[in-house]
Amino acid sequence: MQMEAYLDNSATTQAFQTVCDKVVQMMSQDYGNPSSLHRKGMEAEQHVRTAREIIAGSLRVSDKEIFFTSGGTESNNLAIIGAAMANRRAGNHIITTPIEHASVSAVMGFLEEQGFTITYLPVNQYGIVNLRALEQAICKDTILVSVMYVNNEIGAVQPIEAIAQVIRRKKPDVLFHVDAIQAYGKFVIRPRRQGIDLLAASGHKIHGPKGVGFLYVRDKVKIKPLLFGGGQQNGLRSGTENVPGAAGLGEAVREIYKNYELKVDYLYHLKERFTKGVLKLEGTRINGPMYRDGAPHIVSVSFDGVRSEVLLHALEDQGVYASAGSACSSHHPMPSATLKSIGVEKEYLESTLRFSFGAFTTVEEIDYALDTLGKLLPVLRKFKRA
Amino acid sequence: MKFQSFMIKYAEIGVKGKNRYLFEDALVRQIRRALKTVEGSFRVLKEDGRIYVAADADYDYEETIDALCRVFGIASICPMVQIDDLGVEDLCAQAVRYMDEMYPDKKITFKVQSRRARKNYPLDSNGINAKLGEVILNAFPDIRVDVHHPDVLLCVEIRQRINIYSEAIPGPGGMPVGTNGKAMLLLSGGIDSPVAGYMMAKRGVVVDAVYFHAPPYTSDRAKQKVVDLARLVTRYSGPINLHVVNFTEIQMAIYEICPHDELTIIMRRYMMKIAQQLAGESGSSALVTGESIGQVASQTLKSLAATNEVCTMPVFRPLICFDKQEIVEVAKKIGTFETSILPYEDCCTIFVAKHPVTKPNLNAIKRSEAKLAGKIEELYQKALDTVETIWVEAEPTGIF
Repeated sequence: MQMEAYLDNSATTQAFQTVCDKVVQMMSQDYGNPSSLHRKGMEAEQHVRTAREIIAGSLRVSDKEIFFTSGGTESNNLAIIGAAMANRRAGNHIITTPIEHASVSAVMGFLEEQGFTITYLPVNQYGIVNLRALEQAICKDTILVSVMYVNNEIGAVQPIEAIAQVIRRKKPDVLFHVDAIQAYGKFVIRPRRQGIDLLAASGHKIHGPKGVGFLYVRDKVKIKPLLFGGGQQNGLRSGTENVPGAAGLGEAVREIYKNYELKVDYLYHLKERFTKGVLKLEGTRINGPMYRDGAPHIVSVSFDGVRSEVLLHALEDQGVYASAGSACSSHHPMPSATLKSIGVEKEYLESTLRFSFGAFTTVEEIDYALDTLGKLLPVLRKFKRA
Repeated sequence: MKFQSFMIKYAEIGVKGKNRYLFEDALVRQIRRALKTVEGSFRVLKEDGRIYVAADADYDYEETIDALCRVFGIASICPMVQIDDLGVEDLCAQAVRYMDEMYPDKKITFKVQSRRARKNYPLDSNGINAKLGEVILNAFPDIRVDVHHPDVLLCVEIRQRINIYSEAIPGPGGMPVGTNGKAMLLLSGGIDSPVAGYMMAKRGVVVDAVYFHAPPYTSDRAKQKVVDLARLVTRYSGPINLHVVNFTEIQMAIYEICPHDELTIIMRRYMMKIAQQLAGESGSSALVTGESIGQVASQTLKSLAATNEVCTMPVFRPLICFDKQEIVEVAKKIGTFETSILPYEDCCTIFVAKHPVTKPNLNAIKRSEAKLAGKIEELYQKALDTVETIWVEAEPTGIF
């Protein structure tokens, strides 16, 4: 059988076995509706509750502050639209960055149509936001700042505490939303200590199920719901809870934060091995922060004179899976806004691949991918367009 | 300002005599228990007749204060900077730095209050006060001294090391849990009984609890709610042994045989009897209820007397003269209110008369109870034999 190297863990991950078992159990045995008054309902409710407690425990917040959603996109939408709608009387100005995931940037576009004003903060060559620009941007109409924790394309890690401090100093009632979809499970996140009001995370990026995620909403922060109905989850997110998803997500969180430091060290080890190996190849460069300056699981590489899509498929042919830009936006032929914002030259914009690692990634896979790259690059460069 | 240690001041314990160490040791134990749920590792030390909490490296300040504010016996918590004695000059510099960091706005008045516990220090306490006052005045032009009503009282204690502090966060007061015996709380799913348990714990009493469950008429959710309430109380009281009594058959028997307007009183008399039995078996020396005069029919003075008549143990009712609103305020403060108002039926609301007696006649009650003879003894024993005991501890700490 051909060797495979799945290096696209920022797109999605293989679920932990305990997650799979839990999901099956919730669908085949404890299938009750958590809102039902009878015992079947209560059993299901207990599983959702346990999952919620595990998640709350991982952030050291109250379980009343955790709301299950259909995933990262919904969490970001609920946070931003919900906060904007709840605070539109206080102002109509929102601050964000140009390197956000589409589930944030597209929402900003929508809110702009609705009459909100959006400021995009500049970022430096490593993708880090400019704090002085943030301080200057906050005005009397500002109601929300939304900054991602870890960028999904280059792994830039934002100075979350420093951003929160600037907000608190300048205008303490401004809400701070953090898209932590690529950060949750990879970092110790303490919303209360870090000054985060809203925090979005997703299940399938941390070896949990797809179609489930959560939003942390700090106690006393009021946001409007997007979905109306039976009033589940304190009215903020109506609809019968995705019980298999929520329970599976709980298992994934339990697993990912078990021996957390070892797991993260392992990812950094893989990243270092891969980065060093890639830089040894001719005509390669890393975008964004290197090694421990960035997230443990993401490496963005530009290849001189090779189109990313061609390289992606050539790698795929050898069983190596990577991604051009972010998988979520790669249906669009548009060059990446993130890469542009950090000043990657035009010639490299379309010759960049993202490699991302997970708990199941092995050293052998890394070495195999490097080996494959080493063989493919000279061949592909021969067919370079004039 | 980043604090790495706290001085714990305690109130009533200080006046105890020869057994003072028992109270202090209990307080240290309770502080350790409370800090177990906090992120970080801590050392709790008894030194120079004081209790110190020292945090190792990275810890969560807010969580630490929250946890300490749930330990009965603490009068106040002083976040403190502890420095080595590197001479008077260094102390001056540290005191100036402390004032600078703690009070960015210098338009304040202050006073230095020092204590020289280590008598070989070159300056005596008046000397330290004067010296530090002077350097602080010189460092900040806006600051003023006020020896009578200062905004900031800067305390400096010269011990093996030197403690500097100026803030005192009020603690919950009371006595350390474990210094005043054990009592059995009749815990329902309502607002009052968790508050009653909290108040007993405040006086240092270890709390056990009994809950009367009436399946299938009361749901598992109602029972879960009681467990949740007990868990919330444990944040203050420490672990609670919760006894769940299956009360359905006794309740049904009373319902079938006795007049309906006396149901509640007779039922409560049986609850008291069972609670008292369980209390005796588990080493409790009193019962505790959340009753408050006149709140409902079973809590008129006459009803309370009729219920109380079966008890040989003392029954404490810490809320007896509280208004409902006052109880609700405490429930909100200790975080039980939201859980208490979840809408599940409990065993008192299911079999209830339209017009229960408010002035029960004890003789009439006893006559009604006599009709239960021959049947009730077996049910009573069965209820005792099938008690489920749940060990309830504070919420599990966050993972990793």
